[in-house]
Amino acid sequence: MRWYWIDRFIEFESGRYAKAVKNVSLAEEHVHDHFTNYPTHPNSLVLEGLAQTGGLLVCEHGHFVEKVILAKVPKAKFYSEAVPGDTLTYTTTVEYIKQEGAMVSGTSYKGDELHAEVEIVFAHLNDPRMDALFDPETFLRMMRLLRAFDVGHAADGSPLKPPQRLLDLVGGEDSSAEGTEL
Amino acid sequence: MPTKDEVFEKIQTALVDALGVDDEDVTPDATLVGDLGAESIDFLDIVFRLEKSFEIKIPRGELFPEDVLTNADYIQDGRVTDVGVEELRKRMPFANLDDFAKNPVVQDFGSLLTVADMCRFVEGKVEVTD
Repeated sequence: MRWYWIDRFIEFESGRYAKAVKNVSLAEEHVHDHFTNYPTHPNSLVLEGLAQTGGLLVCEHGHFVEKVILAKVPKAKFYSEAVPGDTLTYTTTVEYIKQEGAMVSGTSYKGDELHAEVEIVFAHLNDPRMDALFDPETFLRMMRLLRAFDVGHAADGSPLKPPQRLLDLVGGEDSSAEGTEL
Repeated sequence: MPTKDEVFEKIQTALVDALGVDDEDVTPDATLVGDLGAESIDFLDIVFRLEKSFEIKIPRGELFPEDVLTNADYIQDGRVTDVGVEELRKRMPFANLDDFAKNPVVQDFGSLLTVADMCRFVEGKVEVTD
């Protein structure tokens, strides 16, 4: 299993907000593991999906320099369950991005129905020992896989592009480009 | 221009939202770390909520001068030196450091900030009426 809890971005406005979808399917193993005979997509993984939506938004704003980790969830309200067949639309909006960390507010909708509301605080980890966990190639691959560069816009409204810093770090051999094994 | 009561109410809301505590827990004497369970990451959250609520800017280290506590000039054997305590008094005029100064163990510093201190801090940044 890959730890991807969103399927793709449908909007990505640098430094402002990002919108992603998660399709819940009966074919996913984890929906059968939460409650016996009652397939459901657990709220904890909805939260993780929102954290991925917001976390990549924060990372991209800082050109993936800061090591962004989920530090705190001040608010998480769930109004219904997510079950197979549901398409969840996650929207995360930047509340602030500072030197020490960032916060996003987020919603999950099932169609027009508000499914969940969250606030997520991210910390910027200042520890070089963690560099291996923040591999530039991985970020490029995730952003491409999730189509962020297909739908996204930079702060000036131009199409979102991979930060030059990331491209430089992976060098000429960018194996995150399409067509490569994930 | 908010009243002192309004300042307290807004701080109460910020702390309830940031720390998941009940309204009645947020009394003027309550300490942020000891009584309300705040951890280091919570201060980032609290500062943001205060900035938004009062439309103010709070530079890093202004509410909680952590740089003093990591500065070798002010710390000796896990204790804040006399010069360090003076620096803290200068940087934190809103806090009562008298008890801390009697036994200035660095580790205890985080526990001394109270809700009332935070009110005085905000009152120093916005115009307040009685």
